[in-house]
Amino acid sequence: MIPLGHFVILSAVLFCIGLFGVLTQRNAIRFLISVEIILNAANINLVACNRYLAPANAEGQVVSLFVIGVAAAASVVGLILIISVYRQRKSVFLDDFNLLKW
Amino acid sequence: MVNIAHFIPVFPFVAFWLNIIFGCRLGVACAYVSVGASAISAVLAVLVFMGLQAGGGSYVLTPWLSVNGHPISLGIIVDSLTVMMLLVVTIVGTLIQIYSIGYMGGDPRFTRYFAYISLFMSSMLGLVLVDNLFLLYIFWEGVGLCSCLLVAFWYEKPAAAAAGIKAFITTRVGDTGLLLGILLLMSVGHSLRFADMSVISAPEPLMVLAALLIFMGAVGKSAQFPLHVWLPDAMEGPTAVSALIHAATMVAAGVYLVARCYPLFTAHPLALQTVAVIGAISAVMAASIACFANDIKKVLAYSTISQLGLMMLGLGAGGYTGGTFHLMTHAFFKALLFLGAGSVIHAVHTQDIRAMGGLFNKMKVTSVTFIIGALALAGVAPLSGFWSKDEILTAVWQHGNLGLFIAAVTTSFLTAFYMTRLILLAFFGESRGAHKAHESPAVMTMPLVILAFFALFLGFAGSPWAHHAFQRFIAPEEGEVALDLGMAVASTVIACAGILTAFLLRGKFLGYKEGTCALIENKYYFDEIYDALFVKPFHRLAAAVARFDQVRVDGVVNGVSRCVQELAQASRSLQTGLVENYLLAQAGGVFVLIVVVTLVGKLCHIF
Repeated sequence: MIPLGHFVILSAVLFCIGLFGVLTQRNAIRFLISVEIILNAANINLVACNRYLAPANAEGQVVSLFVIGVAAAASVVGLILIISVYRQRKSVFLDDFNLLKW
Repeated sequence: MVNIAHFIPVFPFVAFWLNIIFGCRLGVACAYVSVGASAISAVLAVLVFMGLQAGGGSYVLTPWLSVNGHPISLGIIVDSLTVMMLLVVTIVGTLIQIYSIGYMGGDPRFTRYFAYISLFMSSMLGLVLVDNLFLLYIFWEGVGLCSCLLVAFWYEKPAAAAAGIKAFITTRVGDTGLLLGILLLMSVGHSLRFADMSVISAPEPLMVLAALLIFMGAVGKSAQFPLHVWLPDAMEGPTAVSALIHAATMVAAGVYLVARCYPLFTAHPLALQTVAVIGAISAVMAASIACFANDIKKVLAYSTISQLGLMMLGLGAGGYTGGTFHLMTHAFFKALLFLGAGSVIHAVHTQDIRAMGGLFNKMKVTSVTFIIGALALAGVAPLSGFWSKDEILTAVWQHGNLGLFIAAVTTSFLTAFYMTRLILLAFFGESRGAHKAHESPAVMTMPLVILAFFALFLGFAGSPWAHHAFQRFIAPEEGEVALDLGMAVASTVIACAGILTAFLLRGKFLGYKEGTCALIENKYYFDEIYDALFVKPFHRLAAAVARFDQVRVDGVVNGVSRCVQELAQASRSLQTGLVENYLLAQAGGVFVLIVVVTLVGKLCHIF
């Protein structure tokens, strides 16, 4: 059986890739994809820990289902925002979205 | 019957609230609310007076406070002095309010005027009804407040606003003394009830001090030397107010206070002597200033100070009946004189008697009633002023101090002199102003006639023909009183001499060159002295404090706000508006946290 450490390492690698994307990508769509990768890293971690550490319970799997649902809703909202900002600014680059700056 | 007395101040008080709340809707009708309330009070006062024949007394409405185990109750005292004051205040007050309907007609703050007058009536009636100094002090401040409000009634005039402040602050000096006296009496005597005044036993110097402090309150309120400066300025108020508050009733509250605390003063001759001396100084000083005043109301104002001084002198010389009798008669004829002056001012629109003249034929009712009042004030037999002034002169003579007697005689002489001068200048001779004088409406002349009736006949209450009814009423324990015929003749001669002197000098009044008697003309420079001694240094102090406030205190406050601004300015640059920066900071923060938590866990594991 694959040990737990492999799953955790996979999860950490995915998280770092997502974080790198979030910090470096100027394109809003790519930014959103990076956020999804981070969430999925967390999901892998949740499911694996559930399976290996407390096989009698199912909280980790339930929470990861919630995360998937909420992430879908969140990315819908995020895409809507990006589209509406794009109509205003003709741009999907985050540098141009500094409306809330002083 | 006497235990309805505490309802007397209630009616004007209700009228005050009615006029304050519904004044806008009532309009002119608010005058009838006030007049009606005081008329009801007057009827009740008469009922109490009749009930008093069956025996007076004091009664307690409800216990109120307890100071160190010594109770202070809401108590009412009903005796001859109270009833006399009740009658004077309600009757004079009602008449003056009727007069005010005419005098204040068309004033934009007509309703507020009557509200204030009702509040004043209520306070004044409460003041004379209560049975201890503590409650008296409350009403004492009440009348002071109304006085200030009504002096500054036409506050658009800077002089009136300033006079209101002056009246308030000057009497405050005396009131502070009264408050200290009350506190001293409470702490050493353990009772503030007037009934206990004669039985308080405490160290002599402390009691003298308490009496003098209480007298200080009376000095402020009754405008006696050296706190008399506010009363002449108070003439900036409406004339009807001058008549009611600054001649007939409120300023007499000081005399009432001394009369009410009389056992305290008689037990300590030094205190009584001080009352007499202050009274004598005020009487002569104010009378001499009145001889040179040219403003009709100022003449009457100084005359009021002088007459109040005479009452104080009478009380101080042991003439309790004389002082209180003069208080009563003076209230009526001085109210009459002020209302007459108001009627004249209403007609000619000037207060300078040099610009009047020849009014007798144009204003018959006002002139005749004014002359009756003036003769009563001058002390011409058999008008009311004669009997009361004679009583005071007799008391001062029997007191035996020649200086005080000379002061009383001088005052009588000067009183006759300046009143005759006033009448000759205002009502007789050539008309000197470009004015069309006319008689005032009936609503104003009717009170004049009624008051003139009192001025004519009230004195008989204290005459031998009425068997000295007033003296037996006010001080039954003093026993038989007899008219000193010699003194009566002497006082008449003094009054006639004053009148005659004025007649002889009448040609010189108008051509009088100012500056001949600069000391008296400038009111003995009291205003200037007080200005230099108190007002100016106080202004300088206030300016210094204001500078400190603006530079130092405001500097600290502004400094704090500038610090916050600078800090905010510096931290603004943190907000870049770029979401990557925020996320980087967040990730960095989490990393640092993880490192710290891990290290701390390791350290805990080691130790």
